[in-house]
Amino acid sequence: MHLKDEVAKISQRLRELSHGRHLDKAVWDKVELARHPKRPYTLDYIEHMFAGFTELRGDRCYGDDSAIISGLAAYHGRTLMVIGHQKGRDLAARTRRNFGMARPEGYRKAQRLMHLADKFGIPVLTLIDTPGAFPGAAAEDRGQAGAISGSLMCMARLSVPTVAVIIGEGGSGGALALALADRVLMLENSIYSVISPESCAALLWKDSTEAHLAAQTLRMTSSELFELGVIDEVLPEPRGGAHRDHAAAAHILKEALEDKLRELDELTPQIRKKERSEKFRQMGVWRENGLTLF
Amino acid sequence: MAQQVSVDISRRNGSTDLPGAESCPSCKQLLDVGELEANLKVCYHCGHHFRLNASERISQLVDAGTWNEMAGNLRSADPLDFFDLRPYPERIEEAEFATGFSEAIRVGTARINKMDVVLAVMDFSFMGGSMGSVVGEMFWRAAEAAVETRYPLVVVCASGGARMQEGILSLMQMAKTTFAVDMLGEAPVPFVTVLTNPTTGGVMASFATLADVIISEPGALLCFSGPRIIEQTLKEKLAEDFGLAESNLDHGQIDMIIARPDLKSRLVQILGMLEGGVACALQPLWEEEARPARRRGALAQAFGRIKAIANAPRRAFKR
Repeated sequence: MHLKDEVAKISQRLRELSHGRHLDKAVWDKVELARHPKRPYTLDYIEHMFAGFTELRGDRCYGDDSAIISGLAAYHGRTLMVIGHQKGRDLAARTRRNFGMARPEGYRKAQRLMHLADKFGIPVLTLIDTPGAFPGAAAEDRGQAGAISGSLMCMARLSVPTVAVIIGEGGSGGALALALADRVLMLENSIYSVISPESCAALLWKDSTEAHLAAQTLRMTSSELFELGVIDEVLPEPRGGAHRDHAAAAHILKEALEDKLRELDELTPQIRKKERSEKFRQMGVWRENGLTLF
Repeated sequence: MAQQVSVDISRRNGSTDLPGAESCPSCKQLLDVGELEANLKVCYHCGHHFRLNASERISQLVDAGTWNEMAGNLRSADPLDFFDLRPYPERIEEAEFATGFSEAIRVGTARINKMDVVLAVMDFSFMGGSMGSVVGEMFWRAAEAAVETRYPLVVVCASGGARMQEGILSLMQMAKTTFAVDMLGEAPVPFVTVLTNPTTGGVMASFATLADVIISEPGALLCFSGPRIIEQTLKEKLAEDFGLAESNLDHGQIDMIIARPDLKSRLVQILGMLEGGVACALQPLWEEEARPARRRGALAQAFGRIKAIANAPRRAFKR
């Protein structure tokens, strides 16, 4: 009667055994938490963290991308430039925000506002929560690749302190475009990866239902990325996940931000830039003359 | 309404191993391999550019005997212990065996029409030219060498994007190469990319589009998201010329398209003009021309200066 299910279960078990590893349910739980529909988004953090926020819109070239929120925030008597991906809470908002998938306009808006922040010595906070940059023919025609690389270069050159926090999904180049910062933090139940587990499974396993295995193999959870030296700190979430208590999650983020900005304020712009460059230069593992170098 | 046709990706892939005779994937004409090789692997009927591996590209582009390879002993490690249907080290070994190269990029110094350059060539036949830790590090070293020697950096790109088997570390190579380009900009050393079929994903969204001048070969697929990804995720039918070099040129994403037979001379011309820019700015030719010579010798002096300026870019070629 349930033979088909049994066969599927056994073949899955066989695959796991042949790979010499077991599916760790905790990894997929984190992927689901990172995508939880009630998880706090950029606007939720802005609301709880700052006394005031003025949104600045438009890339001055083509349009305004609602998938990226940006503006000036009042923070402990100083100003902060906050730039972050924004997903929608309901269907209408999700469509308007394009599920947090930014188009070139979004990345060009981010660049414009980072230059603005740089001019007036305003520190930049970026909040990352995107499945990836929007894949569409029109976005390609308007230079999606150039918009992302431009944003990377912009962040590489900034002289003001920059802090990036991955608050949900950190999907590929679309996430990295806002995450090339002096300090890169990750909320405990967020993920950060070169490719979504579904796409990776479709490409490498030729089977998108292997996403659980792909997620585990890619190492996309905060603790694994901290071990790999890709992020600077993991921020704990309220019990049960950030979606349980937005205010508490925002409070944790605010304290971490205060801490990191205090550290970065001590350094000169030249040293900050040098350390940033050095940090990303170190990322990668290869063998040279028989030695494995980290 | 314009009729939209789905993109046949296989049609764009030129095969690299040709037995005796090969049919052109574009015009279907039968081609003689010898003649095709002599024509730089460009179809002599329709101008279709076949894909080149790194060795072929290097031998076509640089002056004979001037290629000096550096850092050829870097190999991929397996930091994530990556295992999909097969382990990552096995895939690497297979690629090494099939291509005879150790990675998807080769870096060295060379002369192109007597001009010294640092040259990096990516190879699509090595795991789709994907960028992992080694490609990132090799790019960094190429940039460092360019800054040190003050030779311009030319990078011939061919890549499907980031290498999934190195996970997040591959993504971080986009950041790393961005800092390398920043280093070139601070020097400043001219940096030119030649985008070949295909250049997509993480390479396209990092150093490939950060160059001072972006050149492409005709018919190359250049995009961030590939046609398959767009068609699958959005169920969107794409125009036939989607992502092609010609379409990118129309949309202002690249500077120019240069056919393979002209690449060498045009590349040197562009690099020479970028390098000569400094000398020209120091000695403005137009002012000398506008101002009448008032005293004896002033004319000769002006001529001497004009001659020096005229020679400035050429000096860069002759060494």
